[in-house]
Amino acid sequence: MGNYHTLVVLVENKPGVLARVAGLFARRGFNIHSLAVAPTEDERISRITIVADTESAPVEQIVKQLDKLINVVRIDELAPQDSVEQELLMAAVQASVGERSKVLELCQIFSAKVLDTGTQEMMVRLAGSPAKLDDFEQLLRPLGISAIQRTGRVALPRLDHAAPGATLRSVS
Amino acid sequence: MGINGGQALIRALEREGVEVLFGLPGGAILPVYDPLIDSPIRHVLVRHEQGAGHMAEGYAHATGRVGVAMVTSGPAATNIVTPLCDAYMDSVPMVCITGQVPSTAIGTDAFQECDTVGITRSVTKHNELVTRAEDIPMAIRQAFYIATTGRPGPVLVDIPKDIVDPANPRSAMDWYWPTDAEVAASLPGYKPSTQGDPVRIREAAELINRSVKPVIYAGGGILKARAAEALRALAELCDLPVVTTLMARGAFPDDHPLCLGMPGMHGNYTAITAMQEADLLIALGSRFDDRVTGRLDGFAPSAKIIHVDIDPAELGKVRRPDVAIVGDCRSVIEDLLAALHALGGSAVQPDRSAWKQQLSGWREKFPLTYENLEAGEGHVKPQFVLERLRSLTPDDTIVASGVGQHQMWTSQYWKFNHPYTWVNSGGLGTMGFSIPAAIGAKVGRPDRMVWAIDGDGCFQMTAQELVTASAERIPIKVAILNNAYLGMVRQWQEMFYDERYSEVYLSPDLPDYVKWAEAMGCAAMRVESTDEVDAAIEKANSINDRPVVIEFRTDAREKVFPMVPAGKNNSEVMVDPSQQAELARIRALGL
Repeated sequence: MGNYHTLVVLVENKPGVLARVAGLFARRGFNIHSLAVAPTEDERISRITIVADTESAPVEQIVKQLDKLINVVRIDELAPQDSVEQELLMAAVQASVGERSKVLELCQIFSAKVLDTGTQEMMVRLAGSPAKLDDFEQLLRPLGISAIQRTGRVALPRLDHAAPGATLRSVS
Repeated sequence: MGINGGQALIRALEREGVEVLFGLPGGAILPVYDPLIDSPIRHVLVRHEQGAGHMAEGYAHATGRVGVAMVTSGPAATNIVTPLCDAYMDSVPMVCITGQVPSTAIGTDAFQECDTVGITRSVTKHNELVTRAEDIPMAIRQAFYIATTGRPGPVLVDIPKDIVDPANPRSAMDWYWPTDAEVAASLPGYKPSTQGDPVRIREAAELINRSVKPVIYAGGGILKARAAEALRALAELCDLPVVTTLMARGAFPDDHPLCLGMPGMHGNYTAITAMQEADLLIALGSRFDDRVTGRLDGFAPSAKIIHVDIDPAELGKVRRPDVAIVGDCRSVIEDLLAALHALGGSAVQPDRSAWKQQLSGWREKFPLTYENLEAGEGHVKPQFVLERLRSLTPDDTIVASGVGQHQMWTSQYWKFNHPYTWVNSGGLGTMGFSIPAAIGAKVGRPDRMVWAIDGDGCFQMTAQELVTASAERIPIKVAILNNAYLGMVRQWQEMFYDERYSEVYLSPDLPDYVKWAEAMGCAAMRVESTDEVDAAIEKANSINDRPVVIEFRTDAREKVFPMVPAGKNNSEVMVDPSQQAELARIRALGL
């Protein structure tokens, strides 16, 4: 994945707001890598997590244009090092009776979960960092993936790790 | 108090101070037209919904107040998409109310249903489908608030029939009028900033005080912010030359010694070249439009940039500024004036005599020019018509134009000495804009003389609104510069397509413009020779009981100069053929 930024966009929870956001990206020629939407702890507000391709446009311009949408309440730009990012993957993998152990082994290594088992396939789920999901997907691929769905990442800012009263400011 | 949604909508418009609606009724909006009968709001019945939209724009351009259009659902809504987009591109405050099929029918492909909010999303500052009658007053208040604050723009409110139809119980509601605080609280994501950052403003003042080749690049934002006086004070305090873009004509008087005129593709040589050679561009409410900058990588190569705009997204969108200031132009210029005064004002300005000399040299050598004809020699020169119109009409005449050659000539040859006297379609370039826009301007400023300058191509797109003007007794005056061609396209085909004219010929006498105008209730004249021009204009000026149309048969070979060909660097500007030898001589000397 090339240059990207994660934008956490808080919007009013109203009909059509997602279409406004998506429409803006389309109209201005900005590219969306992934997008996830869900209500927040405040029912009037939804959180849209957008991974935006910043090669198509400078992130500053994307943020300013988004901010012009009346229903956009707040935008936070999360650099990967300042955020905790998670994503969920579901996949159906070829696994006939004799080959299930290969899938199970990978699931064990990655702490993935088996959701369903059929005669010819197994369905697995993994939640974790997008990079971990990439690795898992790559290792599943030779076994034969018949369907795969990823949610797109969600992110929150990293928490303050300093003990109360402590300071992380460097002292020269 | 019990009331229905339709009554509430009209009452809300009254409360917002609306004096006129431009519109056309139809099925879905019918219930709103009933309480309109009992309202003091004037309604101008248009002949096509596009006319309603452009009239609302013309009204807004001329008065600075919100223009309001009201039409029905489906085809009426799609017909008003062009004016919405036009208003969006030119930041015109406008509220558009559209009828919608009843809530229960939405999504069923009902008769005259379309997804109005979806279709207009990208051409409005905001739009909203109102779903409950009790939400109507708030929706209208929000629409006016959003349309007029921050960067102005069009807002559309889509109203399903059931919530305004007294026969439907869903239209019943209790009247209330939201307070300012309630409106602000209802829009948690909308907080336009108007005050500029004082640190940046001081940096801007310091840049001005160091610049030896400054140019103020004034855009339409000056007019939107009602900052023309502040602009003049700034220019005069520091002796700064000013260019006014197509959207800012009139924001700074053309007869002021510091005025360089219009820059851009068809700007005058001095304005274009001053920007190219400047060491500082002070961009005030302008947006570095491609028609101004020409080829971007060659635009104003040595200039530092101060960019003031109320829309943060404009700062750095096209050209990275050295000092970026988000704010209302008037407020920022006033703060900038204070900062400049604090630093010593006019006394500390550097010696700019060499720059002034260079500017006056260009002005002298390359004024706007054309070769006029003697009477009877052929068709009238369009530039001559504009010079005579300017001379024979009051100084504060409002002039509206369509889009094309006639628009550029009007911008060039009309001397704009007052703000809000120029109404045109800059960003979208909408042919047919002038007649409805002139009607809207005249409705807003009945005390002023209003001329529409139109081309024959444009006239055929919206002429039917002259019926509206006649019926409503709105006595605008129209000058058709009839060169029997889509003139600007013809000019490009002549210059850049080896004179291979493709689909640009329109015919001088099909339609017969005089008969057509008369059929629409207008007085009409045809002018075919230079010596008839003045008498026709004077006669038109004397007619005030109905619209007047003068058809001027103009010279089709005439081209708009100067011209920066599309995709070229502004330093490659082409001047009038009579000046080309002198320009070549100067360029050869590297001056």
